[in-house]
Amino acid sequence: MDFFVLMLAIPLASGALLTVFGERDWAPNLNIIASLGTFLAAAGLTTEIVANGPRFAFGEQFFIDSLNVFFVALTAFVGLTTSIFSGPYMRNEAEHGRLSKPRLRLYKSMYQLFMFTMLAALTTNNLGILWVAMEAATLTTVLLVSLYRTPASLEAAWKYFILCGVGIAQALFGTILLYFAAERVLGESGNALLWTHLIDVKGQLEPTIMALSFIFLLVGYGTKVGLAPLHNWLPDAHAEGPTPVSAVLSGLLLNVALYAILRCKVLADGAIPGDFAGRLMIGFGLFTLLVAAFFLSRQKDVKRMFAYSSIEHMGLITFAFGMGGPVANFAGLLHMTMHSLTKSAIFFAVGHATQKTGTQLMENIRGLIKINPLIGWGLMLGTLAILGMPPFGVFASEFMILTHAMKHYPWATPVLLLGLGVAFAAIFGKVQPMVFGETEAKRLPHAPAITPVFLHLGIVLMLGLYIPPYLTRWFHEAARMLG
Amino acid sequence: MSASIPFSAQLINLFAAVILLLAFAMLAQRRLPQLINLFALQGGALCLATLVAAVTTGQVHLYYSAGLTLALKVLLLPWILHRLVRQLKVKGEVEALINIPTTMLVGIVLVMVAFNVALPISELSHTITRGTLGIALAVVMLAFLMMITRQKAITQVVGFLSMENGLFLAATSATYGMPMVVELGIALDVLIGVIILGVFFFQIRDQFDSLDIRHMERLKDN
Repeated sequence: MDFFVLMLAIPLASGALLTVFGERDWAPNLNIIASLGTFLAAAGLTTEIVANGPRFAFGEQFFIDSLNVFFVALTAFVGLTTSIFSGPYMRNEAEHGRLSKPRLRLYKSMYQLFMFTMLAALTTNNLGILWVAMEAATLTTVLLVSLYRTPASLEAAWKYFILCGVGIAQALFGTILLYFAAERVLGESGNALLWTHLIDVKGQLEPTIMALSFIFLLVGYGTKVGLAPLHNWLPDAHAEGPTPVSAVLSGLLLNVALYAILRCKVLADGAIPGDFAGRLMIGFGLFTLLVAAFFLSRQKDVKRMFAYSSIEHMGLITFAFGMGGPVANFAGLLHMTMHSLTKSAIFFAVGHATQKTGTQLMENIRGLIKINPLIGWGLMLGTLAILGMPPFGVFASEFMILTHAMKHYPWATPVLLLGLGVAFAAIFGKVQPMVFGETEAKRLPHAPAITPVFLHLGIVLMLGLYIPPYLTRWFHEAARMLG
Repeated sequence: MSASIPFSAQLINLFAAVILLLAFAMLAQRRLPQLINLFALQGGALCLATLVAAVTTGQVHLYYSAGLTLALKVLLLPWILHRLVRQLKVKGEVEALINIPTTMLVGIVLVMVAFNVALPISELSHTITRGTLGIALAVVMLAFLMMITRQKAITQVVGFLSMENGLFLAATSATYGMPMVVELGIALDVLIGVIILGVFFFQIRDQFDSLDIRHMERLKDN
């Protein structure tokens, strides 16, 4: 059986199954087993690609190379750990009376369908289908953000839908323009939106159209990445949705949207003389980093704060890819991995912490280390990791981005340092009293799942100290694809 | 120059102009049921424009595209929206944040911007419908304006769908439509989106007793 087909079929089929049987007692286990199956299939696909090189699937409609297989592996892995985390988390929520059985069913089926749309977006070769899958990813998560049906969560979901809808409409216009440019070279066959065909003729694409197209694509998909000034939906959606959803939105969806921009950037770079696309991304990236850093200090809600931290890191990553070249691309990819793993680990810890204390307000969360040392340390270490403290992997990637910026874009260095410094002060100052200090919280009916937190942090730590050679080769290969 | 434009191209330009006019009419319309009817009309004009392009060029997938527009944008979506309005008992009046004449003036400026942006691209296009690209962009921008200035959740959705109309017009005018598989995917997304929104409207109304988005401005950063 083909690993690729399995990888797409498992989440799709289990999503359909859970729609019907999602209220049964075994449904949470099916959710985990399906995620495990998806992960194993993705791992199989990864080894296949690493061994045999790029391949197509379903004619030329899907294309897997070392760049997107890397995102596929990451997505499937975080999808698995999040499903493990969400088991006890959702049972506790149900016990507290915040979620009824039908809503738990909705959650599980949408979770699997969300994984499906993301994996489809990552592996498709057709830029039109990429758009369709990105829009579908929004649609599957809208009802998840409003799962609690509180006024605040409905408002967040509405904002998410409208802002991302408008954003993604811009991306569609960009895709139409791209198709228009491609059609002049490739003719009216159905191949004119296939990335593998476009990459061969990228030098012949009309520069004026490509420039306009890339602007629309960057703004459109950028809305989903959370690039300022279109980031407004992101903190609301992360803060008001259930924590597993915050974890996958932050750890995975933002990556997938950024991946879409990267694929388009490769084409734009080939068509437009000068470094047009790169400069745009540098500008957006730095602006996003600064905006997020300064908003961080004003946050009172813990999930909101870490959502702003995600925006900040997305800004940094966009900046890195904007600089381009093998080193910056390598650093960008590494940082994306580190951010995904660390941020989802933080959200896992935060999720259990908010459940224990019954609030998301940081001033009311105190003394986590006394309630549950593992959660307390998980949050503390995760925070240190995301702030770029050595020896965690985030330090390595941030260090690479900074040194590369110093060498090639010295004017940007003070801005980067300012943003990272402000973010450090804001986050550390708020997390420290949450972890230490006095408390009067109660025990939870279901023991929290701590393993995913430390599994993620362990990988981040390991990658900070030592990156295995085959992983380095793989990262280099992927970075090279980005030009 | 005008004499050299073939009849079919003039026809498509005419329908595109009708779509633009309807976009303005939607901006000016205060009552919700009529707004939905205008949206259906806009879909109809889009369908006819696509059909003319299909007949002239003989491209088979344009016929499908026209059929899809007819089924989805003229029949199904307006029907769903009308049903929603009735079931939710939304009051007919649409409240605008800015008064209507000002909105129209802003709209005119947007149209000029859109034409200027589209100019260099239209010149490169070799399709018979190239003149309409500016109009398509203008429709997208007017729909955007409508979403910004209106307060009812359902009006914002009509604006969103009207934007989709503009995008389809752009696809038809610049390139004779996207590949079939993509158009099907987009249509599916739009349909699922509207269904999800239908569910969502009931949740909003149960929570706020109204579909006015003014109630939904509490999430702020401080």
